[in-house]
Amino acid sequence: MSTHHYISTISNIDTFTISLSGDWVVMSLDSIERELKSLHIPLNRDIVIDVSSVKEFDTAGILLFIDKFASLLDTDRAKVIGYSLKQEDMYQLLIKSPFEDIKHPKENIFSDIGKYMVSLFNDIIAFLAFLGELAFTILHTIIHPKSFRIKEVVYHIRHSGFDALLIIAMTSFLVGMVIAYQGAVELSKFGADIYIVDTVAISIVRELGPMITAIVIAGRSGSAYTAEIGAMKITEEISAMRTMGFDPFAFLVLPRVIALMISLPLLIFFSDIVGIWGGMIASTMELHLSATQFIDRLYEVLELKHYILGMIKGPVFAFVIASIGCFRGLMVSDNTESIGLQTTSSVVNSIFLVIAFDALFSVIYTELGL
Amino acid sequence: MSIIRVDGIVTKFGSRVIHDGVSLSVKESEIFAILGESGSGKSVLLKEIIMLLKPFAGKIDVLGYDLESISFTQAQELRSKWGVLFQFGALYSSMTIAQNIEVQLKEYTKISKKMRRKLVESKLAMVGLEPFVGALYPSELSGGMIKRAALARALAMDPKLLFLDEPTSGLDPVGARHFDELIVELRDMLGITVVMITHDLDSIFSIVDSMAILADKRVVASGTIDDVLASTHPFVEEFFKNDYTKEKYVDRLSDV
Repeated sequence: MSTHHYISTISNIDTFTISLSGDWVVMSLDSIERELKSLHIPLNRDIVIDVSSVKEFDTAGILLFIDKFASLLDTDRAKVIGYSLKQEDMYQLLIKSPFEDIKHPKENIFSDIGKYMVSLFNDIIAFLAFLGELAFTILHTIIHPKSFRIKEVVYHIRHSGFDALLIIAMTSFLVGMVIAYQGAVELSKFGADIYIVDTVAISIVRELGPMITAIVIAGRSGSAYTAEIGAMKITEEISAMRTMGFDPFAFLVLPRVIALMISLPLLIFFSDIVGIWGGMIASTMELHLSATQFIDRLYEVLELKHYILGMIKGPVFAFVIASIGCFRGLMVSDNTESIGLQTTSSVVNSIFLVIAFDALFSVIYTELGL
Repeated sequence: MSIIRVDGIVTKFGSRVIHDGVSLSVKESEIFAILGESGSGKSVLLKEIIMLLKPFAGKIDVLGYDLESISFTQAQELRSKWGVLFQFGALYSSMTIAQNIEVQLKEYTKISKKMRRKLVESKLAMVGLEPFVGALYPSELSGGMIKRAALARALAMDPKLLFLDEPTSGLDPVGARHFDELIVELRDMLGITVVMITHDLDSIFSIVDSMAILADKRVVASGTIDDVLASTHPFVEEFFKNDYTKEKYVDRLSDV
């Protein structure tokens, strides 16, 4: 005879009695399972399962009972004694329900790669469709200029352009200073202190100004576009707009794209000025260059072409950021998790594309000898 | 005369077939209900009728426009002739209730500001909302008020056709009956045709003129309540002929 907490057995010559006791509930299921493992039911003897001392039970306990004893009870050498009506009801209910293993699709690294490739491909197709619809909207707006949403454009210039001035000023200033400090150490070794102006001005105006501004705006305004449009998608506001004949492309996408294409070049211009100013302050401190010297040299080296080459990138970056932001917003599906995922994708995609386009510009400029 | 004619609609999401030959027609000035168990594609069918989704195959005719060959301008025209009440209202959250109701008037007409305000006030009154509600934002309203406000917005352009997606779901029983009365009143007063998705047995037995039951990917029964009750399809049996309905609507079901 062996005694446990939940299960005890009495072995006779012709019968084997299993007494169940304690609470057969979900919280004690693991201990019961452990005890059941060490239970060895002898063959060729009658089995009696006595459940009269079970104190509490729930569906989990009964399911475990079924799992262990149901096949045994199907044979006529076993019987259950001491059960209550409630226990029998629950037993009958649970034994009837058809259990089929839930089939989860198998996942491994290969299925993950496959899924990722398919979703990437689908995203690209969807983005092309988005660009097509945007092109149609632009064409429609050119033919019917009255349908252009000037008010929304102004609103977005304010929110994604003007309101970003402070953060752009701070980042550009710091980058300008860092470039100047780094350059100063090297240049002073050669006594070529004045060339710090060339380094700072040209690198900021041609490369760093547009790039920093675009990255800040992608993180700040591109993500906002995705979240705004995505939230509207979830609340069905986009559907409501469509049923009212308010084309989301004309009302939401185009104004954001145009607003950013107007404000980003202006922000780049601002970033150029602040960046060079930051560089100037660092140079005066580190190389003891006077502001007059710095500005005189600036006049000499900073040709108009550098400025224009940097500026041209503005509308291109703006188009990339705004269209990806809006596209990702429209891709939000009917669950809240997808707003987060799409916003992340929006920022990642647009920063990557900004850098890729910047590289493309560099190649083109170099090839053209500019 | 049929206001809406849906013919042989097939809808697929990937390889999953939602509709396989759905056909129905809605007559002028009737209150038409689309019924079916969840997942039977009621909302999808409604979305196809209001041009939010395109069916895989089949023909849909709304107010004389064939949705397959409709041009951009015609589509815009059609959209100004109907009003849609979404299940959760879908009010524009950045606008006040008054602006929500006004938005189409502002966009599509040259009505003076003063007159627009009058129209907004009258729509609010029509759906039983106090004028002060007009100044509130959707987030400040209760569920029932949102439904009413959304109905006011759907009625803003005095549409010929009104689509309601589960208009009484989420309303308390009293509010739901008021909403039903309101819909009947509007239909009688303005001659609007109403198409709605509903599960509400009270609405079905009291205000619906005609209905279509979606099950097994097609319309398994349609017509008036008596026509539908004559069907022996399992869904109809289960939905209409259970103990609860038999007891509650015993007068209507006695002869079945």
